[in-house]
Amino acid sequence: MDQTDKKTDSALTVDQKIKRRNFISFGIFFTASGSAIAGWKWLLNSPKEIPSVTGGARLPLRKALNKTELFFRNFYSNNHLVKVYPKYMAAKTVRVNSLIGIDDDKNFDVKNWKLNIKLSNQKSLNISIDQIKTLPKTEIIFDFKCVEGWDQIQHWAGVKMSDFITHFKLDDLAQCQYIGLETPNGKYYVGLEREAILHPQTILAYEMNNAPLTINHGAPLRLIVPVKYGIKNLKRIGTMSFSNTRPKDYWAENGYDYYSGL
Amino acid sequence: MKIIKEKHSIAMRWTHWINFPVLFIMIWSGLMIYWANDAYGISIFNFSIIKFFPTWFYEYFHLKRRLAEGMAFHFLFMWFFFINGFLYILYTAFSGAWKELIPKKTSFKEAWQVLLFDLHIIKILPPQKKYNAAQRIAYSAIILMGIGSVITGLAIYKPVQFNWLCWLCGGYHFARILHFALTIGYVFFFFIHIIQVCIAGWNNFRSVISGFEVVEEPPSINNQSTSLTTKKEDGPN
Repeated sequence: MDQTDKKTDSALTVDQKIKRRNFISFGIFFTASGSAIAGWKWLLNSPKEIPSVTGGARLPLRKALNKTELFFRNFYSNNHLVKVYPKYMAAKTVRVNSLIGIDDDKNFDVKNWKLNIKLSNQKSLNISIDQIKTLPKTEIIFDFKCVEGWDQIQHWAGVKMSDFITHFKLDDLAQCQYIGLETPNGKYYVGLEREAILHPQTILAYEMNNAPLTINHGAPLRLIVPVKYGIKNLKRIGTMSFSNTRPKDYWAENGYDYYSGL
Repeated sequence: MKIIKEKHSIAMRWTHWINFPVLFIMIWSGLMIYWANDAYGISIFNFSIIKFFPTWFYEYFHLKRRLAEGMAFHFLFMWFFFINGFLYILYTAFSGAWKELIPKKTSFKEAWQVLLFDLHIIKILPPQKKYNAAQRIAYSAIILMGIGSVITGLAIYKPVQFNWLCWLCGGYHFARILHFALTIGYVFFFFIHIIQVCIAGWNNFRSVISGFEVVEEPPSINNQSTSLTTKKEDGPN
């Protein structure tokens, strides 16, 4: 556009040169603008993905989310620890954001609760909260981050996930790429990568602010995984399973990024 | 007689115009994300002066209350925003165009005179080259703002993986406020920019598309170099 051909240039008058260059550059400008608008319309009208473990997003956007995930997972390391805070900074009133899987389970009784771990097609392991409480207790006070954008310093305690896995001899299963967690009624479910589960700050929490979890915070046992947004921190864990493919994930089915890592 | 005066390089023009829709999409999708938790406002002594934003604002811009969609767009177009800005900075650094862009020692004083001139309070504009003092400050600031958006954006996107960035931005919470404030800054810049473009006129606008300006020259060739640097057509972009 800038450098028009020298030979033709010299033969033209200044006015002709101006006209010629205007024509070329505005031609390119409007063509490029037109294609940008067309590209944008294509993106806005592009088909939604076929629902599977993810859903609800437009196909090109889902592809982009997955590709972006692959790029940023290169920076992931379990040596990256979440910043921890002193106890006095922890919120006294811990925010409750969502009760999916909890308020739609009217028959739930904490007394009858057992954590169900799927070992294979037939076998499963049932663990009571008392068994879990005999394991060494780990505390964490960190800045809990919600995908909506708010954050709050919260104080949780429970058993470190890696301790839990070793104690119940789940190491072989935990070699799988993913872990899936579901509420007892199956209404809320999340999938997490092995790395996030084995992160040294990931705990199965049964206490909040030194007191047992309340129902709205996921009693009797919930997940606290500080390297993920709150949407992955499943409350009231009912079942736990391991697999090498992505387990279904409630919010990823609704158009959110599956990874949702921090 | 008319002469063609080269003004903007092809690299500057492409990155400028690519940035325009990309930044627009970033703001649009960013607002969809922000709406999920629109906690910010300005208040003095618990008296709220401005809330970002009232519901009519979102409705006026036909925003959907759809966080997932906003995030999906934001995390795709952030790549274009970053790459385009990065290429522009590379170009400016290697071509030497930065010399016309970064403020000089005198720029901060001169910018005041440019403002007074623009407001028709004084009649004489300080001598200028491609960009005047006010433009130097504004355009350099907008580049720094772009870098700031990328850094604060990364800090809130991966606060664990890039925890040092998050620390640099004053923590997760403050980084999000900065990220938001920068966005407000772009909108502010945009309006002034558009007004200035309208005032500067067609010749100036055209130069950002076709790269050149048309200037009236006295026939004498000897005067050309001196008159070029003081021409009024070099006015605000």
